[in-house]
Parts: sequence; structure tokens; C-alpha cells
Amino acid sequence: MPDKIRVAGVTRSFARNGGTMRVVDGVDFSVGEGEFVALVGPSGCGKTTLLNIMAGFTQPDSGEVVIDGAPVTGPSPNRIVISQQGSVFPWLTVRRNLMFGLRDHPADAAVLADHYAGVVGLAGFEQSYPHELSGGMLRRVELARALVVKPEILYMDEPFAALDALTSLQIRGELQRILDKERHTCVLITHDVEEAIHLADRVLVLSRRPAAIQAAFEVRIARPRDLASPEVAQLKRAILRELGL
Amino acid sequence: MAVGPQAPLPLRVRFGVPIAVGAGFLAIWWLAVAASETVIFPSPLQVAEGALQLAREGTLWEHIGASLFRVASGFLLAMAVGIPLGLLMGWKAIAHTALNPVVQVLRPISPIAWIPIAILWFGVGDVAPIFLIFLSAVFPTVVQTAAGVHTIEPQYLRAARNFGITRSRLFLHVVIPAVLPQIIVGMRVSLGISWLVVVAAEMVTLRSGLGYMIIDARNAGNRYDLVVAGMVIIGISGLLLDLGMRRLESVKAVRWRYAR
Repeated sequence: MPDKIRVAGVTRSFARNGGTMRVVDGVDFSVGEGEFVALVGPSGCGKTTLLNIMAGFTQPDSGEVVIDGAPVTGPSPNRIVISQQGSVFPWLTVRRNLMFGLRDHPADAAVLADHYAGVVGLAGFEQSYPHELSGGMLRRVELARALVVKPEILYMDEPFAALDALTSLQIRGELQRILDKERHTCVLITHDVEEAIHLADRVLVLSRRPAAIQAAFEVRIARPRDLASPEVAQLKRAILRELGL
Repeated sequence: MAVGPQAPLPLRVRFGVPIAVGAGFLAIWWLAVAASETVIFPSPLQVAEGALQLAREGTLWEHIGASLFRVASGFLLAMAVGIPLGLLMGWKAIAHTALNPVVQVLRPISPIAWIPIAILWFGVGDVAPIFLIFLSAVFPTVVQTAAGVHTIEPQYLRAARNFGITRSRLFLHVVIPAVLPQIIVGMRVSLGISWLVVVAAEMVTLRSGLGYMIIDARNAGNRYDLVVAGMVIIGISGLLLDLGMRRLESVKAVRWRYAR
């Protein structure tokens, strides 16, 4: 598997209370083409900063992120971030939201938008406004809006954290089904170990702040994964132990 | 949810109670006029008769039309200047730094204080009150619009950047729609102030309009029935203007801000 993303010696500090606080400390790892890597760590450990650097929203103090051999210098529609807060535009209908990133090909934009609305299970809601939708449906809109521009990389920052457990499980299952077909390279940031095992090919455990890679686990469990299986339970225990729990 | 919203009141309460309160208010007014045996302060019935008389003569509609024309002109002018200026001040830090001190000093000056200058500059025609309306509406609009730009949720701007849109498209397709609900709130506030100001301005400057009508009714023979009728009409017209503006808030593309 050739490297799609290479994170090399990435370090980042922020000014705080007159001093500087190191948030990310010399992180090195690679993500293969079409691989799904989950980064798991305690909250406030610098995961989001690391993802922002990988997406190009934040520059590292030292080190670099290289994608397809070229260093990342800014955000790109080729790698879409699905963030915790949700960023579905409330002033646009679902269809218009999905078309937002497609302004260069207006001819088939609506068709493509409706196709992806169907893919995430939003058929029939194309004309709805976001405030008419539930939290789970909003996450689907966000996911579809990312998929519709056909990015090579999906960055997900705690995308399901605000959902109830059932909805989260359901959307994770659908994401899995979509990824089986579309083969995006994915980086998921989460504090939910089970979510990481459910979706990822590899789980990287981050240390407390400043974030550094502390351990790596390959998830060699056939998909779709049964979260009640003993292999999952065993892996979960091992990862939690690594997190000090 | 600690304190939930109350259940909606039954229909007969929602209409019955305000009507009863209104009737009570009129009854107290009536009783006070009767008990004091005043000859100059009108009873509600005299006010209603005065208003009818004005409506029949046709002057009432001229006065309302004159006031509305001045408010509309000054208000639209204020929107045409205030919204772009507010967007600019919200979006470009240098514009905010440069203009905000001036805006903040001019803003608290009551438009009424400008009346002498308005007369000096524009005489007693239609331009002076339009200028005063403009002044009263433009500053709240600028401040509200700029504040709206400053409080756009950063994740929307980030998502837009992620999709690689240009800065001009970001402004057009993200910044403006994100601020629109607040602009509409600013417009409602501005229109309310405009209506207050036009009546005050017409009292001292002009020969038409509802403000003039009130002063004229007093000067021409202490017709306090017409004074109070004018006041009631000002109140009702202002209410209708506000209801009209409220309709803008129900447009779906801006509802997200007010819903919930």
C-alpha cells in the first residue's frame, strides 16, 4: 500500500498565559492509499490541532505533512474535514448544501447532489432546510456534502460525538458501506475506542498533551464488524490499557 | 430542561384577555374624562369621531402618505448605505478600525438634536425629515450588520475555505446569507426608530404628515380629539410597519436564526 499521507516530525505550540504550550510533539506516521486510520486519545490532547495541520488549516512549527509527495500548505477540496461542530449551511437547503462545493460543474451538480443525498439516506429531504432536520440527519448532510466533491481524503474530527449511541452506530454502519464502494483514505479522530475499532484498519493511540504517537494497533477483523465479538472486546481492552484505563 | 416553555394558551384566552384589557383601558379613560368634567381632554368616543371626520375629509390619508413617503425614502437610503458599510466594517479589520470611532460618536446623538442643522441645510421641505430618518436608521444598521459579520460561526467560513471557493464567492455565498437574519433584525429596529423620528421632525418643520397634523390640531383651536386621534393612528401605523418587517423573518433562508 503506497503512502497517501505522511506526517513527519510535526510539532506545534500555542501562546498561552504569557508562555507557550506545546500541543503536538513530534508526531510521525503514514496513512496508506485507501486506508482508514483512527487516532484515539484523551480529550484536549491535541488531536484536533493535529488534524487541522493535516488538513492545511494550521501550519506546524516544525515538521511537515506530505500528501502524494507534495507538502500541505493550505486547505484543499481534495481533503474534506467533517468536524465536531457541524458546518452544514443553515441558509441553504440540503440540495444547495451538497451543491456548494460543485460550483465549477453546474450542469450535473443537482443530479450529483441528489445522488449523494440518496447514498446517505436523505432521499426526499433534498428541499428541506437544516433546521427542519434531526442531529443525525445533519451529520448525513455533512457527510454527503463531503462525498459529493469526491475528495481523496476524508478527515473526521469526532463526527459522531454529539449523537445518541443508536444513531451513531447506524451512521457508522452506513459510512462503512459507503467506504467499501468509494475507497476514500480516511483519518478519524475520536475518544471513542469502540468507534475506532468499528471503522479503522489501524488505531493509533495518542499520549496526553503534547500529543505524540504512543502505540499502534492493526485491526485485523473482517467487516462488517461485530462489536460484541471477543476479538473486538480484546482489542478494546488493549487500547484502553494503553490509554491508562 | 429545567423550565420548559409553557403550553400555548387556549384561543379564547389569547383573544379574550387582550380585548378585555383594552376595553378596561378605554373604560378608565372614559370614566376619568367624565369624573373630571374636563372640557378640553377628549373622551374615546370624541377621538373616534375626530378620526372619522379626518378620514372623510381625506386629509388623514394625505398626512399618512406624506409621513410614510418620508420614512420610506430615509429608511431605504439608510439601508443602501448602512448595510454595505456594516458588511465592510465587519469583514475588513482596517475599515472597522478607521470608521468605528466615528460611528460610535455619531450613534448616540438623538436625531432630534439634528433638527436645527437639518433645517439649516435643507430648509423645511421633504429633504430635512428624510435626512433625519436616514441618520436615525443608518447607525443601528451599520452596527448590527458589522456585529453580525463578526459573530459568523467560524466553522462555516472554514468549511467554505475547505471547498476551495474564492474570497469573493465566500463573501457572496457565505458571509451575506449568514448575516442576513441579523440585518433583518437591524432593519426592524431602524424602521421603528424612523417612525418615532418622522413624527417628531414633522412637528417642527413641515406642513404635512402625522406630526404636523397633531401640532396643527392643537394650534388651530385646541382640537385635542384630533391630537389623540393622530397619536392612535401613529401607533397603529407603526404597528403595521413592524408586522410587515416581521414577515421578512419568516423567509425560510433566514428562519434558522430565529427558530428554536
